[in-house]
Amino acid sequence: MKLHEYQSKQLFAQHGVPIPRGRVAATASEAKTIAQELGGRVVIKSQVLVGGRGKAGGIRLADSPEEAQDVATLILGMQIKGLPVRKVLVDEAADIKTEIYLGVTNDRSARCPVMIASAEGGVEIEQVAKATPEKIIKAHIDPLLGLRDYQARHLAAGIELRRELWRDFTAIARGLFRVYQRTDASLAEINPLVITGEGRLIALDGKMVLDDNGLFRHPDLAEMRDMDEEAPAEREARKYGLSYVKLDGNIGCMVNGAGLAMATMDIIKLFGGEPANFLDIGGGAGAEKVAAALQIILGDSNVKAVMFNIFGGITRCDEVARGILAALSENASRVPMVIRLVGTNEAEGQKLLAEAEMITATSLADAAKKTVAAVKEALR
Amino acid sequence: MSILVDKNTRLLIQNITGREGMFHAARLMEYGTKIVAGVTPAKGGEWVLGGKVPVFDAVQGAVEATGANCSLSFVPAMFAADAMLEAADAGVPLIVCISEGVPVQDMMQVRKYLDQKKVRLIGPNCPGVLTPGGSNVGIIPGHIAIPGDIGVVSRSGTLTYEVLHALKQRGLGASTCVGIGGDPINGTSFIDVLALFEDDPGTERVVLIGEIGGNDEEKAAEFISEHMTKPVVAFIAGQTAPPGKRMGHAGAIVEGGSGLAADKIAALQAAAVKVARHPEEIPELLG
Repeated sequence: MKLHEYQSKQLFAQHGVPIPRGRVAATASEAKTIAQELGGRVVIKSQVLVGGRGKAGGIRLADSPEEAQDVATLILGMQIKGLPVRKVLVDEAADIKTEIYLGVTNDRSARCPVMIASAEGGVEIEQVAKATPEKIIKAHIDPLLGLRDYQARHLAAGIELRRELWRDFTAIARGLFRVYQRTDASLAEINPLVITGEGRLIALDGKMVLDDNGLFRHPDLAEMRDMDEEAPAEREARKYGLSYVKLDGNIGCMVNGAGLAMATMDIIKLFGGEPANFLDIGGGAGAEKVAAALQIILGDSNVKAVMFNIFGGITRCDEVARGILAALSENASRVPMVIRLVGTNEAEGQKLLAEAEMITATSLADAAKKTVAAVKEALR
Repeated sequence: MSILVDKNTRLLIQNITGREGMFHAARLMEYGTKIVAGVTPAKGGEWVLGGKVPVFDAVQGAVEATGANCSLSFVPAMFAADAMLEAADAGVPLIVCISEGVPVQDMMQVRKYLDQKKVRLIGPNCPGVLTPGGSNVGIIPGHIAIPGDIGVVSRSGTLTYEVLHALKQRGLGASTCVGIGGDPINGTSFIDVLALFEDDPGTERVVLIGEIGGNDEEKAAEFISEHMTKPVVAFIAGQTAPPGKRMGHAGAIVEGGSGLAADKIAALQAAAVKVARHPEEIPELLG
């Protein structure tokens, strides 16, 4: 789950990382009030969960409260990469001398957190890593010990930070690691971390991604989820404990198990079709869940055929069949459907579906070929 | 012959009194797995599975009383890390964790701690380990595989069943099938299992089932070309997966251009591994 800049920075501040004064606003008049309170020059920043806000014109300066209101009106009316801007952050404008980068993330391969610093702040760290890898300084952190001060100093020295700033930098690194750990984050990033004209370090922009599996520990953070982050169908699927990802093709897929669901998409493509989605109903799904899954698949108007691939283990084929029948009784859609049921209660499942006019298949390859043929027939 | 589990495996099941624990324990016992104990905190003293299996409050007590040498955990994700650490501290040499949804930071700590203990962890978020005709430690339906000389290792659950089923239909059997799990950080990697299969006299060939995300398959390819004498056939799921999207498994995600199926397939092919285009092609490629 991604957090907005303003949410990330609030968490930073709670853990001792200095941020600019400012507040979030949902209307232009609120933005004006905040600008009045702050006094002087402010920066109005769109709060959407995509990169490239600045380039899209979603970050602008304002010299007066009135201008802040005008700019906020403009930005609140924008869409950035398809996402509507619903909130703006109004921050005091900082006196930026230097921009650096500091972030902490999971190093999957090393199986531990890694803190990364770079003297090149304000640009995407992936770009820096590609173009000038020597400018990336890393410190791998023992998950049982946490970040140690010497590691923060290693980063400071590595990016050639002025020595008089090392103490502040170390405190910020410690705070950032703390926020990463205490929120079960998979990424906590300050970009840029700026050095002001007065020689202060401030987290000007922040980004955090939280581990969905850690949210049970953080109900307060779970509530921060921005519904725009997910497509409506994906949100609906999550409600039912289904894992769904929409794709661009026209063959809907319903499968139990993530690996098998991916393999099913792949085999559809291999035999000349285009999968419309990834959908894993999970282990032991009941009829209700299956019915919800089918409604989601059929809710995609691109879908011209559906392929079911169920390998019964804990999942019972007769339960799946009941769910399919329930969904079909509520949905007028009559796109061709190809079904392959193998495993637990397979005979009972097939018997239930015998009258539903579905195309049956025995093997995975057989099912994929029949589905692709059915789509070609339907599009003729 | 086999790896990790066999007829000498004395299994204890953590959270045996839970819904999933009960369901699978009964299936495993029917398969012939020696279940010697269950552990559920505050339920010690009860007997389950028709009064045949004693329940203990803690893993330590269960190990001391029954000589259990393997733990299978159905403990919910929020307590799963604790359960793995408890089993490790009690000296259980092999821990199989089925639980899905364990936070990544928990797993980083668990893995670090277990590495210091020399304990083998399989999973989490995995279907477990099956030695057909020997012992079933997990949730793989036992009847879909027959004994044989093919070692199977996979990051997936039902996709593995699909492959075992396809092998069985051709009369091909497995020495052991190991599901290492779909999480980004797990206890045992492809390389660990490949090394075990290479050393196992009962395994003649290996099937590796990978998927998008991370670089475990690339590391496996390197290991195969340098250390394996036995032939390996592979399948990689997720060629059609879009970047930046998690495909069901927490670890199945293409991030910043890495973890792509195409890269994994290329690495494996470069290591002389035959890569199947779809799961049902695997038996043919095994020759």
